[in-house]
Amino acid sequence: MLRAERISKSYRASGGHVVAVDGASLQLERGQRLGLVGPSGSGKSTLAQVMAMLLAPDDGSLTVDGDRIDVWGVHCRCELRHRVQLVFQSPRMAVDPRLRVGEAILEPLVASRLLAARDAECAVLLHDWATRVGLTYDLLERFPHEVSEGQLQRACLARALIVAPRYLICDELSSMLDVSTQAALLEAIAAIQAEQELGVLLITHDRVLADTWCGEVADIRELAARSGEGEADATQRHASARAAALSALVRGRQRRAMPP
Amino acid sequence: MSALLEVDALSVGFRTRRGIVRALSEASVAIEPGELLLVVGESGSGKTVLAHTLLSLLPRNVDVAGSVRLGGTELLGLAPAALRELRARRMALIPQSPASSLNPVRTLGGQLIEGARARGLSEEQARRRLRALLGELGLDFDFIGGRYIHQLSGGMQQRIVNAMALVGEPDVVIADEPTSGLDSELVETTAAQLQEISARGASLLVITHDLRLAQRLAGWIALLYASRIVELGPTAAFFEAPAHPYGRELLRALPEREGKSIPGMAPELTALPGHCAFADRCPDRFDRCTEALPDLYPAPDGVLARCFVHAAR
Repeated sequence: MLRAERISKSYRASGGHVVAVDGASLQLERGQRLGLVGPSGSGKSTLAQVMAMLLAPDDGSLTVDGDRIDVWGVHCRCELRHRVQLVFQSPRMAVDPRLRVGEAILEPLVASRLLAARDAECAVLLHDWATRVGLTYDLLERFPHEVSEGQLQRACLARALIVAPRYLICDELSSMLDVSTQAALLEAIAAIQAEQELGVLLITHDRVLADTWCGEVADIRELAARSGEGEADATQRHASARAAALSALVRGRQRRAMPP
Repeated sequence: MSALLEVDALSVGFRTRRGIVRALSEASVAIEPGELLLVVGESGSGKTVLAHTLLSLLPRNVDVAGSVRLGGTELLGLAPAALRELRARRMALIPQSPASSLNPVRTLGGQLIEGARARGLSEEQARRRLRALLGELGLDFDFIGGRYIHQLSGGMQQRIVNAMALVGEPDVVIADEPTSGLDSELVETTAAQLQEISARGASLLVITHDLRLAQRLAGWIALLYASRIVELGPTAAFFEAPAHPYGRELLRALPEREGKSIPGMAPELTALPGHCAFADRCPDRFDRCTEALPDLYPAPDGVLARCFVHAAR
């Protein structure tokens, strides 16, 4: 079970702290399809990144099949990180534009030194996963800008699944895509789920999609222990959090650029 | 009155290292003042290329054939200065993402006025008109003017770009994926604002892959598949009973209907077949579909459909 308990996360902003997630608890079982809904800025993506071990929370705990996570991001052990994989909303921003589609799919395996790119096993895995997500082999040789958004999102799904995760988090997987491509991606996930007992957390604005595809649906506003802010505030918080993250980045750059 | 915006046999091809990408093939549509046309299709079907061609925003590696006329004036091949003038005075684009289309390090007041002045208004006129427009949208110009885009909520940001598009009283407004990534409440707000724009008498072209938004906005719909318009008709008729098999299969893929994908993928735009581009994926395919390219044939309810099923009518 992937278990997030009383997770809190805030970002530094010009006027103090912006609280993105406030004491939210969520559990995802293996083989389960759980939907997570809520308006823009309600903290869905922040919670997703915490649950994928990419972002350290300020407070709260995360356990993956009983293993408690204490270090986050690149310092977290690959073996633990591989158990939970995240697919992002915008595939164009999620892959390195300099890698060919096939290289992008293999990148997680190569980066974690599980396999070397020239291993024969890589080619087998690549073709296997390309087929499962519905990509033709000639597309694997292309660069991201030479394939459509839908094809690239299929590649991102393959890239997440190639490390054999136990849990998959889809953060607005299909909000940029047409309904047929959306259905194709969900069919691919369902097929893998049936075979590997994958737990899937589907984050979406689309309540109809969540209700029809997921066994259970949670609203992030009901997960938080101390919520109660209005939705307009939530959108504003979202925008402020982005601005805060951006200015922190710029400040970091400036610091690095300064002479010692 | 004659159609205000007329697109006739418009073809657009990009020269790339993989050969010529045929992004749009012989597209013809016309939008009357006050009319709303939805352009719907999957990514890579040619929707955005159509919008960018109308606004002459295409890169250099492009070949364009056909005609785009605004109030009788041919836009393709117009001298750059005349084109800029015409675009500034008569056309407007509502960009895909309000937050990233405005400058994040300048306050909004200056940007709004700059945009209005580019449309030929004096500073005084610009202020007056922006005040009135934002007021109608429930925003106060003095409050907004001193703020940065990130300080506003998503709904407010959307209203800012709408006001900016309307300030020059354009004849044609083009909205490119106005709701992508928005939550359902903001989609509703945006839809209401788009209808308001159309009610003011502008010709409105909305590019979207969001079928629910399309149904909500009504008007007319052009369905694109692999660079061609495959169905053109009243939106209500499309949602009632699509005339083209692609339209029918697309609606079936909606989660509230069957959530069933269409097997296979659209053909590569570098190697479009000489026959119906949907034939390989079409459940109704017959011999002729893989032999010849269908025209747009009249189907019931005033719809045109690029399918041999309707050829006999």
